Amino acid sequence: MPEAGLATIWVYLSASPLLGLTVTLVAYSLAHRVYIYANASPLLHPVVTAVTLLIGFLLLTDISYQAYFEGAQFVHFLLGPATVALAIPLYRQLPKLKRLWLPVSLAVFTGISIGALSSVIIARQLGASLQTQISLAPKSVTAPVAMGISEKIGGLPSLTAVLVVATGILGAVIAGGLFKLLRIHDDSVKGIAMGITAHGIGTARAFQISPEMGAFSGLAMALSAFFSAVLLPGLLEWFGLLS
Amino acid sequence: MRLINGLAILLVYQLLGEISVHFLQLSVPGPVLGMLLLFLTLLLRGGPTESMDTASSGLLSHLSLLFVPAGVGMIVHFHRIASEWLPIGVSLVLSTVITMAATAGVMLGVKHLVANRGGGDA
Repeated sequence: MPEAGLATIWVYLSASPLLGLTVTLVAYSLAHRVYIYANASPLLHPVVTAVTLLIGFLLLTDISYQAYFEGAQFVHFLLGPATVALAIPLYRQLPKLKRLWLPVSLAVFTGISIGALSSVIIARQLGASLQTQISLAPKSVTAPVAMGISEKIGGLPSLTAVLVVATGILGAVIAGGLFKLLRIHDDSVKGIAMGITAHGIGTARAFQISPEMGAFSGLAMALSAFFSAVLLPGLLEWFGLLS
Repeated sequence: MRLINGLAILLVYQLLGEISVHFLQLSVPGPVLGMLLLFLTLLLRGGPTESMDTASSGLLSHLSLLFVPAGVGMIVHFHRIASEWLPIGVSLVLSTVITMAATAGVMLGVKHLVANRGGGDA
């Protein structure tokens, strides 16, 4: 192909949604392969690898995030129906929830409150800007819901998305060591703590450890998604942390 | 067809959620209300249909992929992250450890309490 033709097609591609969508799926597919090859180590979580690859690609090709997102939004959009879909695992866990409703609900409310308050207060003490503090508040909630909360309370939804992913990976990485240190062996307890703290990424990790831990983690993630959306804005306001 | 039917149902519930949030001025994101509505429907009809199951397990088994576009958004916040990396990093690590330990502690404590009282109403 002559060079002028190559340049024309590149101009066309870098402005078309096709490129953003394709590179997202290719990067994820590569990242997933690396992850499987590394025996599913949470440090090589496919989100980390894929995001790193894609940022490198955008920097190298000088394509703006906005242009990239034109294509990537088709993937991003699915977060909405995926949130709705959480009703199904939640329904399946109902018999377990019925047996353990008291410890689970107290743990969920503790986790939601401590997660949000501690992150905002620590960031505030260390001198982060108000918008950063607020964007940190819903960091343990599953991404689509966290972004919605962040927008409602005056944070930056896209920064929240990054912090949510970072929290999920952090939670998935430290959980094993932390539970060993605290001598917690009960899979239902580990699962609830994982789902509250590290949402979907933690839940994926929990399913690798045991199906019971995964199920409880999914349950905790779904409960936290719902109650965080209802409670977090009021809670932060009550503690005077939104200004 | 199962996948399409299931996806259509999920989208209908999301739409119902978005519309209710808009008209009732609720502070809950639309998809979350959609999740609650679908959950109530499942309670009423006694479980998901096969198509709902296909669509939801398809979406949820690749949940990580859906975070990728938002994660790449970090590129827009490079400056903020570079200048506030210390408070952000410390807050993320400490708060994650504290939240996980506190949640596990409460769950374990209350579970034992309930068990010691003879299983409560379970």
